[in-house]
Amino acid sequence: MSTPGSMATAEAAVQPQLYDCRDAYSRALEEMAANDSRVCALVNDSLSSTKLKGFASRFPHRFINVGIAEQNMVGVGTGLANGGMLPYVCGGSCFLTARAMEQIKVDLAYSKANVKLCGMSSGMAYGQLGPTHHSIEDVAWLRVLPNLAVVVPADPVETAAAMQYSLRHEGPMFMRISRMPVPAIHAADHRFTLGKAHMLRPGNDIALLANGIMIARALDAADSLAARGIQARVLNMSSIKPMDADAVLEAAQSTRGIVTAEEGLSSGGLGGAVAEILALHHPAPMRILGVPGVFAPTGSAEFLLEHFGLTARGIHNAALDVLGEA
Amino acid sequence: MSELQFEKLDRPDQRAAWLKNKANWIRLSAMTMTHHAGLGHTGGDLSSADILAVLYFAGILRVDPENPNWAQRDRFILSKGHCSAAFYSTLAARGFFPIEQLMTYMDPLSLLNGHPDRNKVPGVEANTGPLGHGLPIAVGAALAARMRGENWRVFVLTGDGELQEGSNWEAAMTAQHYGLENLAVIVDRNRIQQGDFTENTIRMEPLADRWSAFGFAVREVDGHNPIELLNCLSELPRQNGKPTCIIAHTIKGKGVSFAENQVAWHHGVPTREQLTLAAAELGVEVNW
Repeated sequence: MSTPGSMATAEAAVQPQLYDCRDAYSRALEEMAANDSRVCALVNDSLSSTKLKGFASRFPHRFINVGIAEQNMVGVGTGLANGGMLPYVCGGSCFLTARAMEQIKVDLAYSKANVKLCGMSSGMAYGQLGPTHHSIEDVAWLRVLPNLAVVVPADPVETAAAMQYSLRHEGPMFMRISRMPVPAIHAADHRFTLGKAHMLRPGNDIALLANGIMIARALDAADSLAARGIQARVLNMSSIKPMDADAVLEAAQSTRGIVTAEEGLSSGGLGGAVAEILALHHPAPMRILGVPGVFAPTGSAEFLLEHFGLTARGIHNAALDVLGEA
Repeated sequence: MSELQFEKLDRPDQRAAWLKNKANWIRLSAMTMTHHAGLGHTGGDLSSADILAVLYFAGILRVDPENPNWAQRDRFILSKGHCSAAFYSTLAARGFFPIEQLMTYMDPLSLLNGHPDRNKVPGVEANTGPLGHGLPIAVGAALAARMRGENWRVFVLTGDGELQEGSNWEAAMTAQHYGLENLAVIVDRNRIQQGDFTENTIRMEPLADRWSAFGFAVREVDGHNPIELLNCLSELPRQNGKPTCIIAHTIKGKGVSFAENQVAWHHGVPTREQLTLAAAELGVEVNW
């Protein structure tokens, strides 16, 4: 039995400090702009939701607000890159990706333009605003485009590291920046590498592959599985494209099954990418957690994650199911 | 930068004749390419030839074929990417790549795709083809020159039917808001789009008033008069603090009697006999 003192400690452990990754992204972008005169930022009227007020006041001549015009915004970014600048094109992920899809395909991916896209408030963060404002399709749409790197960071440290990495990466990159509160996962000195999965927890019974806001939930699921004697490996698949096929295959070979978890449609995204690798090279028992091919009903982001089983319990149950221990 | 023969000519009539001849060479080269490929967009190749000739051969564009990625070059963006045959012919004649390469147009694995690819063809600034992409990119490039404190300029050639794409007007608003006087839009106003005349499809007029209302300094010119084009393009910006729009009134299929002003020649392709006839009319020999 716990003493009152240890209860307080336990409560502190389950209620860690939570962060908005947009803060890490905007701090990183300001830092990068201070050190590199090519860095500029574009927004589609989304000055506050992109948290770029500080950038706009520090670097007014390198800040372009094109108004509510996403197709134009991506094209303008392409032209800025042509002229030797290093543009970060920032806007709500739902509008940026869907509205400007042809510009992303042609101006960026096909052209190999050195433009970075920051898709803000992705997934179901806008909860009650409804499916028009959810961005649960973005990863599936973008990951099929040749030449375009797609990254879904999990916490503030990884968000900042991915931003710094993007500066050195020659070519177009999409970064999915969540506004959902997440705990710190990575150590402060964590280095992001495109195309590399990061093992957050070893284990050889089952592998939990997740990214973004689902990472903290996957780690919690690994804890509860461990309590049942099941050792779950947790891989952070923040690099959706290119994907670390070696890490996926190694996980399938070393464990008895795979569970993927993503804050997006369960077809075409992280689960789809992992399934493509496994189907060709090492078929393995698998469950794909995500939004199952529907537009979400009305509800807060937390309600919707619960509704679709995108929780530690949902991942725990899927793991037991794939192991035949449910 | 390679020396331009044009600059050695003193008299305006000599200059006009030389540019006309260059434009007709571009026309027949483009038709020869579409004839060989069995595909292409001949009508717009022919309507844009004088504009391309003046931009590239009369000293308007500060570009260096020896160093196509020279940071201080003027940018030219062909937003009407389907007129690639005329564009490639212009680039090759200006020395960006060998003229012999033109005959590979649309061949398997050719660098000369039906629509231009900046990663394959020196002198191409943007991958275009879907319409309404060029102007936003041009606006971004013009902003880059300003951010960097550099004085190179940006030219973009659009079709007229192309202006039905809303992204152009989003970009126009940005150009006005930021007062991009280093930007010039040239509209190839040949009045025909793929399916019909523009005015039967979705009315473009009053086109000049529309550009004016969007904050551009507008000038209408005869897009087949090289001296008029040259004079207009030599005096930029037309108005301080404003982007320029030049509406070049042209004839689709210009210079070839059977193709002129014919909707079917938007993507018509000449037969061997038609190519021979076109060569005679343009006063240029076919390089079979």
